Formats: sequence, structure tokens, C-alpha cells
Amino acid sequence: MWTWFHKLASPPHFYRLAGLIGPWLLWPSLLLLAVGTYGGLVLAPADYQQGDGFRIIYVHVPSAYLSTTIYAVLAVASAIGLIWRIKLAHAVAAAAAPIGASFTAVALISGALWGKPMWGTYWEWDPRLTSELILLFIYFGYMSLRASFEDLNQADRASGLLAVIGVVNLPIIHYSGMWWSSLHQGPSLKTLDAPSISGDMLWPLLLLIAASTLFFGALLLSRVRAEVLDREQNSRWIQDLFGDSAGAG
Amino acid sequence: MNPGRFFIAIVRRELQIAFKRWSDLLSPLVFFVMVTTLFPLALSPQHAVLRNLGPAVLWIAALLATLLSLNALFRADVEDGSLEQLVIGPYPLPLVILGKTAAHWLLNGLPLVILAPVLAVTYYLPVEGVRALSLTLLLGTPTLSLLGAAGAALTAAVRQSGGLLALLVLPLMLPVLMFGARATDLAGSGEPIDGPVYLLGALFLLALSLLPFASAAAIRISLD
Repeated sequence: MWTWFHKLASPPHFYRLAGLIGPWLLWPSLLLLAVGTYGGLVLAPADYQQGDGFRIIYVHVPSAYLSTTIYAVLAVASAIGLIWRIKLAHAVAAAAAPIGASFTAVALISGALWGKPMWGTYWEWDPRLTSELILLFIYFGYMSLRASFEDLNQADRASGLLAVIGVVNLPIIHYSGMWWSSLHQGPSLKTLDAPSISGDMLWPLLLLIAASTLFFGALLLSRVRAEVLDREQNSRWIQDLFGDSAGAG
Repeated sequence: MNPGRFFIAIVRRELQIAFKRWSDLLSPLVFFVMVTTLFPLALSPQHAVLRNLGPAVLWIAALLATLLSLNALFRADVEDGSLEQLVIGPYPLPLVILGKTAAHWLLNGLPLVILAPVLAVTYYLPVEGVRALSLTLLLGTPTLSLLGAAGAALTAAVRQSGGLLALLVLPLMLPVLMFGARATDLAGSGEPIDGPVYLLGALFLLALSLLPFASAAAIRISLD
């Protein structure tokens, strides 16, 4: 098991493996995306309360789910990088951050657009919305800290440490939001928990969640490949791969 | 020297250095007073408005004043090399960080705790509110110092880290702000505040037990 782990951490091996796996994630994801979108926008019946407005769920839920999942990926990769000093893990974390921030932004924007017809307001200081917004700030903090170091090794480790501190803090922020709002006089807002969603609305959602996850996987692999190329640009195996001229620059 | 005496020596060193530069010491406090003065002037000096906004304004001003004083926490020691000496010295680095954080709180947090009740009176907070404000600031500002030290340690090697430090640290400080301001608000309307006060205490203990180690790791990275 450990030899497999160490082999995976070697940049040339990972570069090759990611290149092989990437298309196997990308094409199924596009296929599922097409089927799921058709199912969600055409086949699924309109909601009896929300009308066609509910279809935003097909964008909102996958991106909200990915926004936290990607942070978990980022934090685990950072922890692996810090503990075993594996540079590739830091590359994975660095590659995941902008994707996670984008999905968080999509979740917030789609949620705001959904909130207007549903609650009559674009924004509500609901604990979930607030912690999603703070997640976005944490992504921004992570990326700016990483960008502010000139030394790559230092940037990796400092931002990795921040990601680990953030992962301890996110649940605290999330639950404080809940307790904080429970201290309010009365809830001003019902939660999003719709009365259990019916089957013909559910399957496109599940397909789209799977599609987005696979899409994230494909995107992450190709971004890590780019990151590896950038980091290893002077190393031997890249010169062998692209000929001498590529490595020299 | 045993660890306890070492800790006291670190705190004393920080205090001595700080007292040589009075102006640096005063500026966060003046900032705190200035910010709290701005609100009544910008809003309207009606008693009801100020009493409602008071807890939030005072807590936010305290948070920002803490942030203002954090930039310099490790800067001078990184520049003159004394931090490197402390890192390679015989004492555990988390203890050094804890000493510096304690000194930071004594110089910045404690004056805020003392000053806040005076300002709270100008916001017409009732006696219970003033008392809750002092209590929550007393419990909350050490957590802010600990969190701020971690942020300052992460950015110690970064030039012009002011904005970056705020971006890193403010999201982490939010729970403290939420519970502190809310408890003050609740106390003002005569409700029990046990819940948020216990939570503030729990946050402080959590921060005290984990963050010095994180800050020490961050300092080692910054000095590389």
C-alpha cells in the first residue's frame, strides 16, 4: 500500500496517470450532464408550489455540495502535504482552490436567484447562507496567502497550514451561525428542506451531482497536470517528455 | 530557567519593548475610541438607535482595533533576527508564542476591556449591558489575540500584509464577534446570557490549547 502511495506521489507517474484517467472522468461527466440537464429542465414536472423556479435546484445543490467537498479535498491534500512533505499533495491543494471558490460563488449566486422568487429576497442572513459566504472568504484568504509568497515551498506550507486551521474553524462557524440565529426571538425564515422531493424530480438531481463531481475530478486532474508542469519545468523527465527546448525556458 | 519563568521573561521583554514606544501602543486604543465616536455622528444621536447598535458597534470596533495592532506582532522580531534565536533556543516555540500573545493581550486587549464600559455608557447601554460587554470582552479578546497571532505568524514573511491579515483572520474571528455582541445585546434587554458566555469560554479554551502550536508551525514556515 505504501509503495503505491509513494509511487502516486512521484510527479512523472502522477502526470502520466492523470493524463490517462482524466478523459474517463470528463466524458462520462459530460454525458451525465446532458442527460441530467434534459431530465431536470424538460422531463421533471414543475413544482406545485414553486413552479418552474424550483429547477434552480439542479444548479444550486451540486455546486453547494461541491463547495464544501472541494474544501475537504483541499484540506486533506494540505494535511498530507504538511505531514509527509509530499509536494504533489500541495499541488493538488493549489489546483483545487480556484475550482472550489468558483463552485462556492455559483452556489451563492444561484441561491440568491432562487431566493428572490421563493423568499422574496435575494439575501437572507440565514446560517447556511452566511457560512457559505464565509467559505468563499476562506477560499479567497487561502489563494491570496498562497499568492503572496515568492518561495513556492513556503507558499505551499503556509497556505496548507491555513487550510488545516480553516477546517477546524468551518464547523465552528457553521454551528455558531445556527446557535446565533437560534438566539434570535423567532426564526424569520423556513429552512430549505422541501417536503421530500419526488422521484421524477430527484433522479436528474442525483445525475447532476454525479456529473458535477466527475467534472470536478477531470478539472482537478488537468489543473494538477498544469501545476506539475509548472513546478517541474526544469526537471529531467519533462525535458525527456517534450524535448530539450521545452525544459530550458 | 524553568518554563514558567521563561514565559514570564518573554512577557516582560515584550512589555518593556512596547513601553519604549508609547505612540504605537496608543494608536489602536485611539482608533477604538474614534470608530465608536463615528457612529453616533453618522447615524443620529437618538438614545434608542444607539442603544440598539451599541453592542455591535463596540464589539466590531474592538475587533478592528485588535486587528490593527497585530501587524507588528512578529515583524520586528523577524527583522532583527531575535525570533530565529528563540526558535533555535532550548524552550518550546509554542511557549514563546504564548508569551508574545499574552503580552499582546495585556497591551491591547486589556485596555479595550477597561475602556469599553466608558464608551458603552455614551451609547446609553443599561447597566446589565455594560456588565455583559465587559465580561464578553474579557473572555473574547484573548481568543482574538490567539487567532491574530496565528494570522500574524502566517504572514510574518510577507511584505505589506495588512489587508491579507484581515482577510485571513476576520472569518476565523466571526464566532467570537457573534457571541460577544449577541450576549451584550441580550443582557441589555434583560435576558440570560449564560449560553453565549459559556460558548465564548469554550472558544477561548479551544483556541488556547490548539492555536499556539499552529502559530509555532507557521513561524517555522515563515522563517525558512
